[in-house]
Amino acid sequence: MNIGRKLLVAVPYAWLLVLFLIPFLIVLKISLSDVALSIPPYTPTLDLSAGWEGIRTFFSELDFENYVFLTTDDLYWKSYLSSLQIALISTFITLLVGFPIAYGMARAPEEWRPTLMMLVILPFWTSFLIRVYAWIGILSTEGFLNQFLLWIGLIDAPLTILNTNTAVYIGIVYTYLPFMILPIYAALEKLDGSLLEAAEDLGCSRTTAFWLITLPLSRPGVIAGCFLVFIPALGEFVIPSLLGGSETLMIGKVLWEEFFSNRDWPVASAVAIILLLILIIPIIMFQRNQQISREREG
Amino acid sequence: MAAGASATQFAPWDDPNETPLIRIANVTKKFGDFPAVDHTSLAIYRREFFALLGPSGCGKTTLMRMLAGFETPTAGRITIDGQDMAGVAPNKRAVNMMFQSYALFPHLSVWENIAFGLRRDGMAKDKIEARVEEMLKLVQLQKFSARKPHQISGGQRQRVALARSLAKAPKLLLLDEPLGALDKKLREETQFELMDIQEKTGTTFVIVTHDQEEAMTVASRVAVMDQGRLIQVATPAVIYESPNSVYVADFLGDATFFEGRIQKNGEAYDLIWAEGQPPIRAKSPNDFASGQPAHYAIRPEKVEIRGERPEDDNVMKGRIIDIGYLGNLSTYHVELANGQTIKAQSFNTERETRRRFTWDDEVWVNWTESCGVLLER
Repeated sequence: MNIGRKLLVAVPYAWLLVLFLIPFLIVLKISLSDVALSIPPYTPTLDLSAGWEGIRTFFSELDFENYVFLTTDDLYWKSYLSSLQIALISTFITLLVGFPIAYGMARAPEEWRPTLMMLVILPFWTSFLIRVYAWIGILSTEGFLNQFLLWIGLIDAPLTILNTNTAVYIGIVYTYLPFMILPIYAALEKLDGSLLEAAEDLGCSRTTAFWLITLPLSRPGVIAGCFLVFIPALGEFVIPSLLGGSETLMIGKVLWEEFFSNRDWPVASAVAIILLLILIIPIIMFQRNQQISREREG
Repeated sequence: MAAGASATQFAPWDDPNETPLIRIANVTKKFGDFPAVDHTSLAIYRREFFALLGPSGCGKTTLMRMLAGFETPTAGRITIDGQDMAGVAPNKRAVNMMFQSYALFPHLSVWENIAFGLRRDGMAKDKIEARVEEMLKLVQLQKFSARKPHQISGGQRQRVALARSLAKAPKLLLLDEPLGALDKKLREETQFELMDIQEKTGTTFVIVTHDQEEAMTVASRVAVMDQGRLIQVATPAVIYESPNSVYVADFLGDATFFEGRIQKNGEAYDLIWAEGQPPIRAKSPNDFASGQPAHYAIRPEKVEIRGERPEDDNVMKGRIIDIGYLGNLSTYHVELANGQTIKAQSFNTERETRRRFTWDDEVWVNWTESCGVLLER
């Protein structure tokens, strides 16, 4: 390998090292420290002027105290479980909403497809935060949705949607829907129409052809879409804090409160490290899925 | 020619007592205003290997897709085995199709692909197993039953597609350019395999192809199509030796064409075709009137090429302007005095380092009166 190629390979590694591994190690280190009333708000800090002795005391003061603390207060594991639950349910709802949309796009006349694709991507042109705020205006007691439902006479008194878990589900499904649609659409669009004709020719009805051919062949897209929704939804912070209520327990919110309300950086870092460990499993599974579908095509 | 050996026995189209398996009666299919198939009538008989031949866009694929049920005729009627096919969905027809792209299900193994249609019929498990084994044996793929389609070669995929479409023992098998994706050598081998399998299973095959050699090799009868219409339907030998039009003569094989006017000459005809050139003497089973405009087609292998003037019905003098050496034979392009080029072919029966003729040689070409065909259009 010549130098140029080595350099080229080194770029992504350097990127990962500087922007991922080093920050990770810093957070890991903070999670092993103790809280302190100082700047930065934890101890020990590495004092290189003390030489070898300083480094040795530095390491001797690190411990897993914060992780032990997380197990003593049930707020934390309840938040993890609740986040998992919310992420799983909203991924499932997103799939239920996204699949028909992707299917409709893939079966639309070819000249329409770029427009439909554009419409799916269009919300990204506005800030995510503004769009979530817009949902407050829609979902609040005096919001558009309640006004509309009252006007058509479906309800007598306004519904309380804002500041409940329902609002969080609506927010997550709305925000992450394109991440579900696009990979499923990509899988369905590649699907050779003659496969469905062949299935029909061999005795399938249109419906069985869908179950036996379309669905299995869109599986890589479905899996990719589910991970792309599940992974960010699990650590989601903005949506539960803006749309959710006091009973909405999500780990992203807990993390934020530990950092900024409690100023307990070490515990907050421990929460973050555990969240990362929980996310690593689905991320690895996602990578495997991508690799398998690439191999199948190759 | 495939039909060569069996043609004497197998000719149900000549037997007035035979009822055809497929009747296509005055069928038209329009896409918008464009007639892809235009007032076409055709009868195909049991155990036939029938080829629909034509350039792309001639309507052959549309005609076949109507047999499969993927397209509905705009007008006319299709009956298969006496049953009117109007409104019968593809999955309710005793017809199977082998797709040009093979359309193998990529997520299923070879075995599961072949079993797919049988399972849809709710066949008993042990019967399915027996049938799939039989099909695998037929196409010699027993060793590959567990592989996925992307793990086998193109030729093997083609055989899986064939086995899958034959597994349900259809009354009629449709093959859409079945060998188009194979290289030449493999294609030729597979043509003979296809014929073997067709004979073994006794299934009626309808093949769509744009490759005239392929159609000639495999088919018992060939239908030549152009612009949604059938131009000629006959055995390969008849199509080749007695084409009914310039289009057919030109589409199948190689030919030189002369255009002129007819002059009756006893039993035969003379075609006056150029100033200063002797008229072409020709025989024809059809009647032509004196003065009628006509075309004359002559195949290159019927034309002899000589260094000195021979005695024959048709003799012309010219100069060699091009030689195509094909190994087993050579094609000479001979330019006549009036500028017309005529193609002549001769077998290279001896290993010669020196050719008999070379560029710019003055030569004579000759053929007998029964060798060429007179055509009205």
